[in-house]
Amino acid sequence: MSGHWETVIGLEVHCELRTETKLFCGCRNAFGDEPNTNVCPVCLGLPGSLPVLNRRAVDYAMRIGQALHCDIRRSIFHRKNYFYPDMPKDYQVTQYDEPLNVDGWLELPDGTRVGIERAHMEEDTGKTQHVGVSGRIHGADHSLVDYNRAGVPLVEIVGRPDLRTPDDARAYVTELRAILVATGASDGKMEEGSLRVDANVSVRRPGGPFGTRCEIKNLNSVRSLGRAIDYETRRQIDLLESGGRVVQETRHWNEDEGRTTSMRSKEEAYDYRYFPEPDLVPIDPSEEWKAAVRSALPVLPAERRRRLAAAGGTTPGDVALLVELDLDELVTAAIAAGAEPRLAINRAGNELAGDLEAARHLDPARFATVCRMEADGRLTATQAKQVLAEVLASGADPEAVAETRGFRPIESGALDIAVADAIAADPEGWARYLAGEDKVAGAFVGKVMKATGGKADGKAVTAILQARRSSAG
Amino acid sequence: MAARLTRDEVAHVARLARLELTDDELERFTSQLDAVLDHAADVASLDTAGIPPTAHPLALVNVLRDDVAVAGLARDEVLAMAPQAEDRRFRVPRILGDET
Amino acid sequence: MSAVSLAADVRAGRRSAVDVIDEHLARIEAGDGAIHAFLEVTATAARARAAAVDARVAAGEDPGPLAGVPIALKDNLCTRGVPTTCASRILDGWRPPYDATVVSRVVAAGAVPLGKTNLDEFAMGSSTENSAFGPTRNPHDPSRVPGGSSGGSAAAVAARFAPLALGSDTGGSIRQPAALCGVVGLKPTYGLVSRYGLVAFASSLDQIGPFAATVADAATLLGVIAGHDPLDSTSWDAPVPDLLGALGRGVDGLRVGIVRELGGEGIAPDVAARVGQAADALAAAGAKVDEVSVPAARYALSSYYLIAPAECSSNLARYDGVRYGLRVPGDDIGQMYGRTREAGFGAEVKRRIMLGTYALSAGYYDAYYGQAQRARTLLIRDFAAAYESFDVLLSATAPTTAFPLGAKTTDPLSMYLSDVCTIPSNLAGHPAASVPFGTGDDGLPVGVQVLAPALGEVVMFRVAAALEAAAPPGAGR
Repeated sequence: MSGHWETVIGLEVHCELRTETKLFCGCRNAFGDEPNTNVCPVCLGLPGSLPVLNRRAVDYAMRIGQALHCDIRRSIFHRKNYFYPDMPKDYQVTQYDEPLNVDGWLELPDGTRVGIERAHMEEDTGKTQHVGVSGRIHGADHSLVDYNRAGVPLVEIVGRPDLRTPDDARAYVTELRAILVATGASDGKMEEGSLRVDANVSVRRPGGPFGTRCEIKNLNSVRSLGRAIDYETRRQIDLLESGGRVVQETRHWNEDEGRTTSMRSKEEAYDYRYFPEPDLVPIDPSEEWKAAVRSALPVLPAERRRRLAAAGGTTPGDVALLVELDLDELVTAAIAAGAEPRLAINRAGNELAGDLEAARHLDPARFATVCRMEADGRLTATQAKQVLAEVLASGADPEAVAETRGFRPIESGALDIAVADAIAADPEGWARYLAGEDKVAGAFVGKVMKATGGKADGKAVTAILQARRSSAG
Repeated sequence: MAARLTRDEVAHVARLARLELTDDELERFTSQLDAVLDHAADVASLDTAGIPPTAHPLALVNVLRDDVAVAGLARDEVLAMAPQAEDRRFRVPRILGDET
Repeated sequence: MSAVSLAADVRAGRRSAVDVIDEHLARIEAGDGAIHAFLEVTATAARARAAAVDARVAAGEDPGPLAGVPIALKDNLCTRGVPTTCASRILDGWRPPYDATVVSRVVAAGAVPLGKTNLDEFAMGSSTENSAFGPTRNPHDPSRVPGGSSGGSAAAVAARFAPLALGSDTGGSIRQPAALCGVVGLKPTYGLVSRYGLVAFASSLDQIGPFAATVADAATLLGVIAGHDPLDSTSWDAPVPDLLGALGRGVDGLRVGIVRELGGEGIAPDVAARVGQAADALAAAGAKVDEVSVPAARYALSSYYLIAPAECSSNLARYDGVRYGLRVPGDDIGQMYGRTREAGFGAEVKRRIMLGTYALSAGYYDAYYGQAQRARTLLIRDFAAAYESFDVLLSATAPTTAFPLGAKTTDPLSMYLSDVCTIPSNLAGHPAASVPFGTGDDGLPVGVQVLAPALGEVVMFRVAAALEAAAPPGAGR
């Protein structure tokens, strides 16, 4: 690669809304049902049928807009006209230049803000299965169409091209998904297609003008997203460096082959002949409705990170994992009950993360007790982990568990004697420690641990060594 | 009066509308459509600065329905209408690309 | 016999619905060969429904205000289990799995559908010559057109095959054939009647409306079909006023405006004379009659021929051979689409789809469709200004009496001009009615049009009733 290139990524995410029924009719919005069993004249686009808008779909779409800090505006629907067998009317009802939500943003765990251009409503298409040798569209003999999904409500979230790396892109999708699930508007199941991501990728010289972008489709997981961006970036750079030109087009990500292939040229942009949908009237949400949506929003991931960070005296990036694992409320409550913040955060991220199901039922007070016992030195780190594991599994009282296992703290007299014995057994090491070689302390701690059968607390031993050194003058 | 619509444009529009016109039709439609557009030129040249478009003669807003399931059509009834059905679905000839 | 009296007789048990239906079916059997008003006569179902009406009467129940009244339905109204072709090959044989809302309502009111009537294909035309299944002939003169696109429904009422019929009106498709056939026909305020189950032509212009021999019958039928429908988002949500109550109130003190832009050179002298006569009759009955200008009406025809095709090009995209109707095979789906639509659509439909696609296409949207929608706003404003000084407006319904079959089929533009008086009401969303008012020099029916502001059906019916009372002898049959 000659010289520096910068990748520019903008993501379009289609989110299926978790409504009972479709966007414009009373057919069930369900995944996995027998083909063509959730259909009616409206979603089949039969002659004479007309759409009627689902109130809850609008509510969910507004929730998404608010969660993404968008302006919610008076909006209308448009028809996007094109022919495809999964489109019952051969036009899609969508929003064009007067969408519901505009100009928002999303905050990544590391604090970066990514702009959201718009989040608009539209109807989903049916599903086409290509029948032939490979099941892919090329080389297929014929196709079969199921309209169960036709008319399912979607919100399309268009992010601004503010992302620069595959990691950013993955973080964006992860965070967006968490937000969407938190609002209740989506179940976030990428594997069922409730969340679909298309990536617009281009490259440029840093500080230079934007390059020509390609849209990549068929990204079925966050991992594919990262791989595809990597591939596409290299493809475009190779092309440009060998004197070629990037053609604006849609490309298909091939998961097995690990590459993108051209689908259609967007250079001659398809003429969709958008015009306002005459069968629907404008949506103009009242201030009351917007306020109701706002107050019904739960605490979103970014705010949860902020709260835990504040309680824990650390940064939102540090506690991102805990929020992702849904452990933040537990930890915040434990800190409030007296647990040492850093300790609680560490134990949650390491020990509790291993058994999230059990962690869901863990009493914050008990968790706090274990942390306190460790901080006070009544339990060693090893012992604390064992007690925690048992409390997690059985919900038992930590004090009782410690008692049963004989985890009594070693009394200070016995500890002093064990330290003295270790020093006596290694005069050369002691001399080096006295001279200032702190790391020698580790060996002494190890010997004391062995001598006390693990009952000594490492920190307490170190404290004794330091005290002896100080008083040695 | 110079023609405003060429045969090529008409052929392009026919393609957009998925109409496989005969040469004869292309010829005829070109002159007929040209005549209509010529007549419609008076609207094209109207001064409408500052005038909003009317998409609806009725000033309705916020027409919504409850998110409650309603019985739809039975699959047999739906597939009975199909020109070709296979495996509980509508069968169509192969699709050549992402666009048809 | 009026529909209202017929229903009264049936409800009172003085006549059986089955007899009424048999009588009308016999007339169709004897006379429709020459006229071809019907594409499908549903005799068996009609008799069964009539029997059901009689059973309800016998049980002491009230079958409704249209009990036992035969009604003809334009074949772009969905009727469950009964072919609905829109007079097109592309829907030949298609049976909808559901009823249009208006069909459910007339049946619930006791009416008995006799069958589906002929129309210009997908309601596009002014003569019913664009039907894929042959034209309908004017009952007053079989060498002439009945008008269109609801020619079959108009002819059915004119030929007394049914006292009532339903049609649809997008640019005049009820009113113009009503005028040419010498019957009453009207387009209601946009949104007053549900469009659910009406096969869409131009969504922001289409409305379903009644045909009848009398104004009272038309008002009764409108009262049955009008009113909010939750299945239609563009359906007006307010109580329907009492339409019949005002009929006999006369026109004393009402202000009637003769629209300058809908008169003049484009209107045949004999038709214009009848409009003048109608105006005089209203004045004699106490109305204040004057001329009024609605300047933007000059652009209505052009605006319509940009807006309607644009919306239709999108509404007719669904006819692609995938889910129902005609399919012409192809090696791939693109070929299948192209061949199916080429074979399935007639010339006028193709022309309008092309025109509409062009008007919406990239680079042309603002100049054509966008401009037309703005011209529409200007028209609405000019109407509003006119209605500040007038209660109703008056004009000819059609520029001429019924023209001969074949007279306008070679020049689409000349056919489009038939709608010059009716189109403005569709663009504005206003109600308008055509009332028979004498004949032309050739003895063929002339209709006079009453225009009213949005939701002004009551005043429209008042004036229509007065015109009916004052009308010179009609074409008679």
